Amino acid sequence: MNRRALAVCAGLLVAMPFVAGEYYINLASQILIAALFALSLNLLVGYGGLTSLGHAAYMGVAAYVSGWLFLKFGFGHLASAPLALLVTTLMAAVFGLIALRASGIGFLMITLALGQVLWGLAFRWVTVTNGDNGLSGLTRPMPFGIDLNGANAFYFFTLIIFAASMVCIVAFANSAFGSVLRGTRDQPRRMLALGHNVWLVRYLTFISAGFWAAVSGLLFVYYHKFIHPQALGLTNSAETLLMVIAGGSGTLIGPIVGAAIVVLLKNYVSAFVERWTMLLGFVFLFIVLFMPDGVVPGVQRLWARLTGKGRAPQRGQP
Amino acid sequence: MFDKPLAFWLIQSLNSFSLGGLLFLLSAGFSLIFGLMRIANLSHGAYFMLGAYIGLSALRAGFGFVMAMLLAGLAVAILGGLIERFVIRRLSSNPLGQVLATLGISFIIADGCLLYWTGDPQQLATPELLRGVFRVGEAVFPKYRVAVIGIACLFAIGLWLLLEKTRIGAMIRAGVDDMEMARGVGIPVSMLFTAVFCLGSFLAGVGGVLGGPILSVYPGLDTDMLPLALVVVILGGVGSLVGAFVGSFIIGFVYTFGQTLIPDLAYMILFLPMILVLALRPRGLFGRISA
Amino acid sequence: MLIKSLRAALCAAGAVAATLLPLQSSHAQTEPIRIGFLTVRTGALAAGGKQMEEGIQLFLKERNNMIAGRKVELIIADTGGNPAGAKTKTQELVERNKVHVIIGPLAAFEALAIDDYIRQTKTPIVAPSAAAEDLTQRKPNPWFVRTSTSSAQPNQPLGEYAAKTLGYKRVAIIADDFAYGHETASGFQRVFEDNGGKVVQKLWPPLNVADYGSYVGQLKGNVDAIYAGFAGANGLRFLKQLREYGNKLPVLGSATTTDEGILKQMGDEALGVISGSWYSAAIDTPESKRFVAAANKEFGADPGYYTLGAYSSGVLVEQAAKAVNGKVEDKEAFMKALRNPGTVKDARGEWKVDEYGNPVQNIYIRKVERKGGKLVNTVVKTYPNVSQFWTYEPKAFLAAPVYSRDVPPSKNIEP
Repeated sequence: MNRRALAVCAGLLVAMPFVAGEYYINLASQILIAALFALSLNLLVGYGGLTSLGHAAYMGVAAYVSGWLFLKFGFGHLASAPLALLVTTLMAAVFGLIALRASGIGFLMITLALGQVLWGLAFRWVTVTNGDNGLSGLTRPMPFGIDLNGANAFYFFTLIIFAASMVCIVAFANSAFGSVLRGTRDQPRRMLALGHNVWLVRYLTFISAGFWAAVSGLLFVYYHKFIHPQALGLTNSAETLLMVIAGGSGTLIGPIVGAAIVVLLKNYVSAFVERWTMLLGFVFLFIVLFMPDGVVPGVQRLWARLTGKGRAPQRGQP
Repeated sequence: MFDKPLAFWLIQSLNSFSLGGLLFLLSAGFSLIFGLMRIANLSHGAYFMLGAYIGLSALRAGFGFVMAMLLAGLAVAILGGLIERFVIRRLSSNPLGQVLATLGISFIIADGCLLYWTGDPQQLATPELLRGVFRVGEAVFPKYRVAVIGIACLFAIGLWLLLEKTRIGAMIRAGVDDMEMARGVGIPVSMLFTAVFCLGSFLAGVGGVLGGPILSVYPGLDTDMLPLALVVVILGGVGSLVGAFVGSFIIGFVYTFGQTLIPDLAYMILFLPMILVLALRPRGLFGRISA
Repeated sequence: MLIKSLRAALCAAGAVAATLLPLQSSHAQTEPIRIGFLTVRTGALAAGGKQMEEGIQLFLKERNNMIAGRKVELIIADTGGNPAGAKTKTQELVERNKVHVIIGPLAAFEALAIDDYIRQTKTPIVAPSAAAEDLTQRKPNPWFVRTSTSSAQPNQPLGEYAAKTLGYKRVAIIADDFAYGHETASGFQRVFEDNGGKVVQKLWPPLNVADYGSYVGQLKGNVDAIYAGFAGANGLRFLKQLREYGNKLPVLGSATTTDEGILKQMGDEALGVISGSWYSAAIDTPESKRFVAAANKEFGADPGYYTLGAYSSGVLVEQAAKAVNGKVEDKEAFMKALRNPGTVKDARGEWKVDEYGNPVQNIYIRKVERKGGKLVNTVVKTYPNVSQFWTYEPKAFLAAPVYSRDVPPSKNIEP
């Protein structure tokens, strides 16, 4: 994406609260949170070629840890947030050891199974998670004494975190490590022959994907001030995977577009279309048939063809 | 934990076998499709549910149970064939596209069922002939469950004969082992794909009807069943009929006894052994293909 | 053509006249009362959501879409049956549609997910279904009022009925392993045991259990009855398997186990199940008969928990709106009227709202019978004016922890 387009997007995002109503601002915050979550999954799916169906676990665990520390010990956000990130990242480090024993559908299944185990734990370990009633009575942080309970303040808070995370993720993807990672996706044997430790590359990616999912998990729990086992569920994992694929896996913008599509369909279009789940299914089918690499690469290709210049971008390029 | 009367072990073993039988019908198709086409058909749970609903309508229209099973199987098979022809085959080298497409299709089927059959949970009547129980000492076996085990075994034998003793079976086996070679020796791979996809869908549809009197049919049955199918297939090894068969009964036992003996782990009992197996043997127990 | 344009002209003239006519009420009141309705149209909870929608629509149809002299605009929102969806849809109703009151949501966790937001925005909310005890007990929300029941409310009298009237001494409990299942079963257990009964076994099948056969196979045979605390499809599935296994023990149940909304799908396996609820479509009063006939005419089915819950929410909103002369814009006064409506009358009979926002109402002990070819919940006993605290002292009740898997403790479990 070129600089001008980036500047326009940034301008629009910053200007949004000044023109749109409260409801739309909240919707935008939700899209940003979902987008960050999808971006974290994209590290695995898009760049690493490892399809995970259990990514919601990291989002959910970070949210639960943060909420539990507050409710049980009265921890402030300054203490609970880093702890939640740490715990979740450590968990990713452990889970990575198990999940990366396999790749392909085996990897998908192990991640699904680990996710389901955590979901079961959240549902069943009532003394900590409060089971189906969820953890309620949570608060939003107050960075520098700013109250984030208003829609605008929270939106800007989310936007800042999102932008900072995005910078890190872009740097990650464009780094030498990022190229090696893409290499392990496309040509694992060759990368091995070239002397790269494919397993380690994947492992480190697995951990960072867990970390960024935890960041989005914190935003998620700050936004909702409530956490329920469904946040760790298979549906959430699948939905996010669909965001990544629909938008365009292995691109930086794709997961964001995918998140916007799903969040808008689920929350906005559903007010007008009663059978929105079916519509969502048809949208996915449409995307897969007409833009098999996802919306962003599809549109780019269309654009290139229309303007008649430039080659069609290849999969995996930002 | 183990100080239970004999009747307990007998009844729960029967439960394990009947659940295993249902799981076999559910997962055999999934496994065959994956083995031949390398496609994880994530709409398989939705096919199962659709089969159950169609069976429900057939029963209410006055058809007999066997007829309802066949009708539902055929209807789901035709749908599966169409989906394979018009969607799946265009995604042969795009695994992520397959995930998107098959999950999208399952959304459409699930919501379509909700629209047509309403959200009310519904029951498939147990066939007249199979109501009631067998008694063996203290233990009680519902006749229907015994029948389910028998029917599942019949299907297993039929499938085995089909794969091992017929020409088309030989082609399928060749395709599972080496697709390029199969293509090279002139096997009509395109037809084969459609046929296997139809067969897999047929089995799921039949399984839905057969499971109906035990599981009932309700929105969400699809997402309740899909993980079970995945677990069975992964445990047994993808592409292996024997694996699906043995895996189904293992999962039937693990699920039934795990939930009754260790109730605290009821929500996770299905997944813990699977994680263990996958971490130690990623191919599954009988898998020829690396998962 | 001519008739059409004439009619259009008349309508337009009518509209103009309506705006020109001097109205007694303030200008704001020419606007409709906007009611937001949180329901579930997709996924596993859709059946209850549909019945709720039918309830409110029946109510509005009977009122000709007018309450307290104002038109009603009903805005229906589908939460998808998940907490995040409930929150977003509530925001949509409050921030985009500027509703005056919300009716909903369906599930307890949805109500808990929006609890904080409701307080923050001071939005009156009338809950037709969500039964979590603490919503009207240990964490009462001043902007929340319930028209159905707390989870344990109908099960506490059932506990007494089982011990005293039926004379049961030993009961095995099997219930859904989530908060609603725990709360219903515990309410029953506490009162049953306080009256001398013993709960000798407790089984908690997971919500998404594939096969109830393994649980039926574990139920003790040497008990007087089985208490089944299920919701949604699970009651249907459990009862069928129980009878398939030839188990002939009497079954007691929570309101939702044999609710009219699911009873219509059941067969002989449901016969004889005795449950406690705040309503039964078989109540023999003119008001209930009229309601049941109307629901059958409109939707072809007997109304149950969800239908009446939503219908009653309409009744409560109307009564409160009348009490504030239609000025629902005054949120504080409107909420006060919602929480203190005096006596409310609907198909279940007369009820009041206690100081925590939960109905004090008749609890009906019902027995499933087949009448005129369909299953009905025949009322066998009525406990009048039952509070969510049963006969316990509210302060002591609230000082104890909320009902759960282990509260009250099970002292009589046999291995």
